[in-house]
Amino acid sequence: MFDHGKFERNSILLVIGILVVVSIGGIIEIAPLFYLESTIEKVKGVRPYTPLELAGRNIYIREGCYNCHSQMVRPFRDELERYGHYSLAAESMYDHPFQWGSKRTGPDLARVGGKYSDEWHRAHMIDPRSLVPESVMPGYPFLAEAEVRSFDIGDHLKANKAIGVPYTTEMIEVAVTDMMAQADPDHEGADAVAERYPGANVRDFDGQPGKPTELDALIAYLQVLGTMVDFSSYNADDNLR
Amino acid sequence: MIVPLVVGALLGLYLSAGSVDTTIYLHGLLLTAFCVVFIFRVIKSDGETGGPADPNSSINYNDAVVRAGVIATTFWGVVGFLVGLVIALQLAFPVLNLDLPWTSFGRLRPLHTSAVIFAFGGNALLMTSFHVVQRTCQARLAGGWAPWFVFWGYQLVILMAATGYVFGVTQGKEYAEPEWYVDLWLTIVWVVYLLVFLGTLWNRKEPHIYVANWFYLAFIVTIAMLHIVNNLALPVSWFGAKSYPVFAGVQDALTQWWYGHNAVGFFLTAGFLGIMYYYIPKQANRPVYSYRLSIVHFWSLIFLYIWAGPHHLHYTALPDWAQTLGMTFSVMLWMPSWGGMINGLMTLSGAWDKLRTDPILRMMAISVAFYGMSTFEGPLMSIKAVNSLSHYTDWTIGHVHSGALGWVGMVSFGAIYFLAPKMFNRERLYSLRLVSAHFWLATLGIALYAAAMWVSGILQGLMWRSYDALGFLEYSFAETVDAMHPFYVIRVVGGGLYVLGALIMAWNVYRTAKGDVRTEKPYVDALAQPAGA
Repeated sequence: MFDHGKFERNSILLVIGILVVVSIGGIIEIAPLFYLESTIEKVKGVRPYTPLELAGRNIYIREGCYNCHSQMVRPFRDELERYGHYSLAAESMYDHPFQWGSKRTGPDLARVGGKYSDEWHRAHMIDPRSLVPESVMPGYPFLAEAEVRSFDIGDHLKANKAIGVPYTTEMIEVAVTDMMAQADPDHEGADAVAERYPGANVRDFDGQPGKPTELDALIAYLQVLGTMVDFSSYNADDNLR
Repeated sequence: MIVPLVVGALLGLYLSAGSVDTTIYLHGLLLTAFCVVFIFRVIKSDGETGGPADPNSSINYNDAVVRAGVIATTFWGVVGFLVGLVIALQLAFPVLNLDLPWTSFGRLRPLHTSAVIFAFGGNALLMTSFHVVQRTCQARLAGGWAPWFVFWGYQLVILMAATGYVFGVTQGKEYAEPEWYVDLWLTIVWVVYLLVFLGTLWNRKEPHIYVANWFYLAFIVTIAMLHIVNNLALPVSWFGAKSYPVFAGVQDALTQWWYGHNAVGFFLTAGFLGIMYYYIPKQANRPVYSYRLSIVHFWSLIFLYIWAGPHHLHYTALPDWAQTLGMTFSVMLWMPSWGGMINGLMTLSGAWDKLRTDPILRMMAISVAFYGMSTFEGPLMSIKAVNSLSHYTDWTIGHVHSGALGWVGMVSFGAIYFLAPKMFNRERLYSLRLVSAHFWLATLGIALYAAAMWVSGILQGLMWRSYDALGFLEYSFAETVDAMHPFYVIRVVGGGLYVLGALIMAWNVYRTAKGDVRTEKPYVDALAQPAGA
């Protein structure tokens, strides 16, 4: 007969028992995600973020946008019509951390890229209710006035590379230049950004000449969301899981 | 004791000196200040680390640290609820975001969640576990200064996390927002916490470890595991706050919700079940209903909870097999949860009459009732078909709050009311009538809150998927936001009542600490006394 008293009399046995029991679920559910090849779909087009987009993503995280916006379109008819193609795991494979979110106080942003003009985003960030009277989003006028932090962006790329994002040594070396160039189409390095990061938008996102602001970075990030995968060549049946 | 503190102080200075951003500069100084003050305390007190509240106690309990816990829990409760009220107001009236970085919803919401879960809830767990383990082991807290290091070290975690959020320092993972250096500091504090707890168990005079301590132990051990794995991150610079979590995308998502759901399961459930298993039998003066049920429900609860994380990721890019596993285990989780509820409520058998005459017991009993309600709602919402409607809506917010305000909040209030007179060595609480007022304000507040969120959540979920006769989506997103306004206002009212109740509690605890007794009509009069009493 099993004697539970053993656990009650021996604290170390109790701790070991607890550790065994609480480890099983995590090991069975999480570990396979790292080796099952079907976990992440095979797609074309997903690339690491440009330095400016990455800086924008960090501003998105800093301001806690994930508290109200998801980045995960579910495979339902209404979501496909409202937001676009359902999200793939491949689309966030370079996202440290993921930003799928858990609440839609505001709409999903997984495919917001290219849906609105830069000018719309500008006005919306500065005063959301000037465009959407029903909105409950905070205003972010201070982003347009803050110069984006650029001096250590190379270190950010390097850290990402160390944890698996395929940035090249060249990308890390010219990260600061790339950051400046992406927000300034007249910059001498502007063409090189689009070459290094295929499909990158190169333009003055915040409409203010001069060094890129935090608003430049954030809009650059928003405008690339959900636009990387080439869905014309994506075959959903090949990726059933 | 002094040597590691000196190391800590120097490390803080080193971080500040090399810092590449303001936050880590300030936090480095904060760490130094903490260590220096602690060193002075240790030297000045001459080995005196706190005695029993009752001078006649035969065992030299460390009640001073529990007393500090009563104050901290009450304080952080009021702070956390107030921030919650502020952000509820912001959702109803967005102009209150003030267009400033430090006051916007996105930064204050993590402040609210961390303040209530980790500051209020965490202090309630420290306070009660330090009290329960001493009383059930008939032994003084182990480790001399160590419990004080745990207590103050944990307050430092809270302070660094909270100021960090306001300045925009966050990992961007819900309920795990603090950055790498705060995570490391918490890990140190937590290991000491485990050692203090185990050390006290080793000194016990009773052959058996009491059931409440199983739950506390499971909470401490599992939170350590979850915290370490989910916060694995690579800092951009060892002198900067920003780091990148090592996992990405789908793997990061499941790791996060494995952590996130078990922050609920082990922090807000297992730990608080420890509170239930000690304070309800004590307050009701009845033994725990079923010893066998407590064994079955303990092991099944901790085994099943760990699997439930994927229900936060239904219909996402997480592979279907993981979603199905998560749903299945979440539904199964209903059983051990109700096992716990039954064990808690049935402990009152033979003492139900006390619900009329003892508002503290009433508070504890309704907390268990709320526990039963939200652990039924949870499995329901984890069913994929239900989740497709409820996910991303306020229904989830309502669910969380019926658990947090109802279960976690109420059982903590009960423990505070139980402990306050004892830890300050007073004959009784300042006022039981005020406890009753708190009870009704809080209950009414939760009812308004939960009802508003059920309606707004289901309404918005239905509006999102509603089609008109021509086959077009009927509502724009903005229209569904507009429809939420009345419910957001009702939530503010409900939350306001809850805050008011907490303020009354703070007043009651303060007057109790001062040694005052309110002149009021007593609960038990001659007629209500049982025969022969």
